[in-house]
Amino acid sequence: MNDIMKVSRRSFLTTSAMVGGGLILGFYLPGRDYAIAAKSSAALFAPNAFLRVGHDGAVTFIINHSEMGQGVCTSLPMLIAEELECDWRKVKVEEAPVDPAYNNPAFGAQGTGGSTSTWTEWERFPKAGATAREMLIAAAAKGWKVDPSTCRAENGRVIHKSGKSTGYGELVDKAAKMPVPKDVQLKKPEQYKIVGKPLHRLDSPAKINGTAEFGLDVRFPDMLTVLIAHPPVFGGKVKSFKAERAKAVPGVKNVIQVPSGVAVAATGFWAAWKGREALEIIWDEGEWARLNTPEMVKEYAHMAATPGTIARKDGDPDKAYGLVPRKLTAEYNVPYLAHATMEPLNCCIVPRKDGCDIWTGTQSQTGDRNAAARILGLKPEQVMLHTTFLGGGFGRRANPASDFVSTAAHVVKEIKKPVKVVWTREDDMKAGYYRPLWYDRLMAGFNEKGDLIAWWHTIVGQSITTGTAFEKMLVKNGIDETSVEGARDIPYAIPNLLVDLHSPRLGVPVQWWRSVGHSHNAFVVESFLDEVAHSVGKDPFEFRRVLLADKPRHRGVLELAAAKAGWGSPLPAGHGRGIAVHESYGSFIAHVAEVSVDPKGKVRVHRVVCAVDCGRFVNPDTIEAQMESGVVFGLSAALYGEITLKNGRVEQSNYHDYPVLRINEMPRVEVHIVTSKEEPGGIGEPGVPTVAPALANAVFAATGVRVRSLPIRAEELKKG
Amino acid sequence: MITLVVNGKKHLVDVAPDTPLLWVVREELHLTGTKYGCGEGICGSCTVLIEGKAERSCQIKVKDAQGKKITTIEGVTNHPVKKAWLSDEVSQCGWCQPGQIMSAVSLLKEKPQPTDADIDSAMEGNLCRCGTYQRIRTAIHTAAAMTGKGGAR
Repeated sequence: MNDIMKVSRRSFLTTSAMVGGGLILGFYLPGRDYAIAAKSSAALFAPNAFLRVGHDGAVTFIINHSEMGQGVCTSLPMLIAEELECDWRKVKVEEAPVDPAYNNPAFGAQGTGGSTSTWTEWERFPKAGATAREMLIAAAAKGWKVDPSTCRAENGRVIHKSGKSTGYGELVDKAAKMPVPKDVQLKKPEQYKIVGKPLHRLDSPAKINGTAEFGLDVRFPDMLTVLIAHPPVFGGKVKSFKAERAKAVPGVKNVIQVPSGVAVAATGFWAAWKGREALEIIWDEGEWARLNTPEMVKEYAHMAATPGTIARKDGDPDKAYGLVPRKLTAEYNVPYLAHATMEPLNCCIVPRKDGCDIWTGTQSQTGDRNAAARILGLKPEQVMLHTTFLGGGFGRRANPASDFVSTAAHVVKEIKKPVKVVWTREDDMKAGYYRPLWYDRLMAGFNEKGDLIAWWHTIVGQSITTGTAFEKMLVKNGIDETSVEGARDIPYAIPNLLVDLHSPRLGVPVQWWRSVGHSHNAFVVESFLDEVAHSVGKDPFEFRRVLLADKPRHRGVLELAAAKAGWGSPLPAGHGRGIAVHESYGSFIAHVAEVSVDPKGKVRVHRVVCAVDCGRFVNPDTIEAQMESGVVFGLSAALYGEITLKNGRVEQSNYHDYPVLRINEMPRVEVHIVTSKEEPGGIGEPGVPTVAPALANAVFAATGVRVRSLPIRAEELKKG
Repeated sequence: MITLVVNGKKHLVDVAPDTPLLWVVREELHLTGTKYGCGEGICGSCTVLIEGKAERSCQIKVKDAQGKKITTIEGVTNHPVKKAWLSDEVSQCGWCQPGQIMSAVSLLKEKPQPTDADIDSAMEGNLCRCGTYQRIRTAIHTAAAMTGKGGAR
C-alpha cells in the first residue's frame, strides 16, 4: 500500500473514532440525511444518506461516487444490499447531491479518484444496509408483538420464525419511526450472498438503449450551446477580438470574453461551431510559446544527470555504486498523454433566482460546486450539482482547478441563461490537462554473481499537485508523492537505493491520468529491471521472483501470471513474451504480454495474461472488466499515445493523430483473480501500470531491441 | 424545412441544411442516444443506420439524409445484439456503446454468422476508451448464435 493510502486510511479511521459513537453518528447524521435521501419522494423510509425504501418495496441507493464505467453504480449497491437483504431485482441507483454526508472518506470532499471507491465504503455501506434492515425487522416485530430476534430478513421481506412475513414496502412508515440502532452486526464473508458474485451491472440497460444521461445529453428549454475559443498556447490571453462575423452566423446569440478565451453561445452546436470559426482573435501568447517537445526532452535529460531532491535513500548508494564490478545505465522518457475520454468535456448550468443548478459528469463534486459558487458570488449551498453518467473519466474529470465547470460558470454569469459549454474533440485534445512528460535516468550496480547491489533512479517531470488544493496533502519535503509513487516504493530487495526527483515548473497544464505516477514509474522500473536481468543472463521472471522473496502478494501474482501464460514454453518464431509486476492503490497486478513484430516494425499484441490480487472484492466481473480496460488503456498509450508541443502549440487534435487501440488490434486478454482475505484494494487504475513494461519487455524478447521511449516507434524496430 | 424519417417517424426540422445529421438527431429530435465523439467520422460514436447500413451521422449533412430511412439506437428494439450486449456485460462508461451496437446490427444484417475477422473489419471504426473490445467480439458471436437459432427470443 502506498503512503497516500496509508494516510487516507489512517485519517479515515481517526475521523470515525473522533466523532464518538462510532461510524453511525459520524457518517449517517440521521435527521439531516433523512431529508437528503428522501428529498425526491414523499413518505419513504430513508434511515441514512445512502438508501431509501418506497411503499412498493423498491429500494433506491444514493451513491456518492461517480460512475465512469468502473462499475461503482453496481458494486457499491451490492455492498449495501448484502446487509439490507433486499430484492436485488427491484433496486435503483441515484447519484448523490453534494453534501458532507457524501464525502469520500479518503478526501474529506465528495469525489471519485485514486481507486478509492470500494475500500473507502467497505464498512460504511454495509452498515448503512444493516442499520436499515434492523429497523425494518424492529418495525415488523413490533407489529407482530414478537421479539425482533425471532425475525430475519430475506429478499425484501421480514420473516418471523412462525413463517409469517411482510414485505419491506408495507413496513416503511413504521420502520421510519424506529430508533436507529447504535451498533449492528455485519456478516462474515462466508455468509455473503451478493458480495463476491458476478452480478450484472445496473446501468447496462440504460446504456444500450440510449436513455443513459450523460452531461452532453442534458437539455433545457432555451438553453444555449457554448463553444470556447481557447488560446493556442497555454496561459495565453485574448488581446483583442472581433465578433461581428461570428454574430452574423444564424443562431449565434452571444459572443463574450471569459478568462479562458472567447465564448460563442448559440442555439445549437453547429451554429456555435460556425460562429467560433468566424471569430477573429488576436492572442497574447505569453511565455510558453517557446516550448518545443524535443528541446524539453533535452533539457530534462540534462536535469536527470544532476542530483535532485531525495525521495528515498537506503544504504550508501554512492559508495556501493562506486565499488560494484558491473554497472548498467539507461535513460527513459515518456510523453505527455491526453485522457481522450470518449465523451468530450462539457458542463451545463441553469441559473435560478436563488442560485443555480449544474449538470455535469464530474469526478470532483465538492470542488466543482465550490468553484462555481465563488465565480457566481453564491453560497455553496445555493449551487445544486447533479452528477450525470461520465463518458469516461480517467482522472480528467477531477480537475483541481475545476476548469470545465469554472468556464461554464463564467459564461452563465454573463449570459444569465441556461448554457451548456462543450469542448469539441479538438478542444479536449488541445486545451489541456495531460499526464506529464517524464524523463528518467537509472543506474544499477551488481556483483559478480549478478545480485543487484545498488539502484539509482532520477526522475524529472512536472508536479501535478503543486499549486492545487492537493499540494498540502501530497507534497512533502519537496517531493510530490504522485511523481515518485511506484518508484520510491520499488518492491525489490536492493540494499543501496536512491530515488531523487526534479520537478520543473512549466506552463503545460498537467493532471492525474489513470494510475497517475504509477503509469510512468512502473514502465521505467519494470523495463529497467528487465534490462538488468538480461544483462546478468537471468530469466526476467526468475530474477524478479528471487528479489521478491519477502513480498508474497507481488510474488503471488507474478507466479500466477507466469504459470497461466505458460512462461518458458515455446512460442512461434518471431514471438516474444514480457512480464511485469507492480503494486498500486493497494492492489497487486502482474501482466505477461505476448507479441510479434513484423519486418516493418509494427507490433502485434497477441495475448495478455493478467493476474490480480486486489484483496477482498465485491464483483469479480467488474474486476475482469477493469483489467481488460487497463490492458486497452495501457496498450493505447504505449503503442500510440503522445501529445507534443511545437512553439507551445499542441500538435495533436483528434483520434487520427492521437490514435487509440481499435478492435482489430485487441489481443486476447485473460484475467485471473486471486482469492484473498486481505484488505480491499482499488481496481480502476491498477490494471494500467504493468501493461506498457510487459509489452516493452515482450518486444525486447521478440526483437532484441529495448524500448526506452514511449510510444513504441516502428522505425526503431524495423529490420534492416 | 427538411423532412427526416427517423425510427419510422416523419419529422420536419428547421435547421441549416449543412448541419450534420448528428446534431439534428440530438438537438432537434432529442434522440441523445447517438453520441458525439470526434466530429470527423473516425470514432464511430455517432453511428446510425441509413437504409439499414451503418453510417457516421457527424459526416452527413442533414439535407443529404432527407427522405432516407434513418434508424438510431432508440429505434433498435428487442434486437439480439442488445440482448447479447446485456448478457455478455459489454458496457462500461457506455458513451460509445450505442454506436458500437449500430455497427454490430449492420454487420449481422450483412453477415449473420461473422468470423472474428469480419467483426474486426466491421467494428474497427468504433473506438472504445474503456476497452470493451473483447466483450464486443463475444457479444456479436452471442447475437449471431441467437439469430442462428431462430431469431430474437
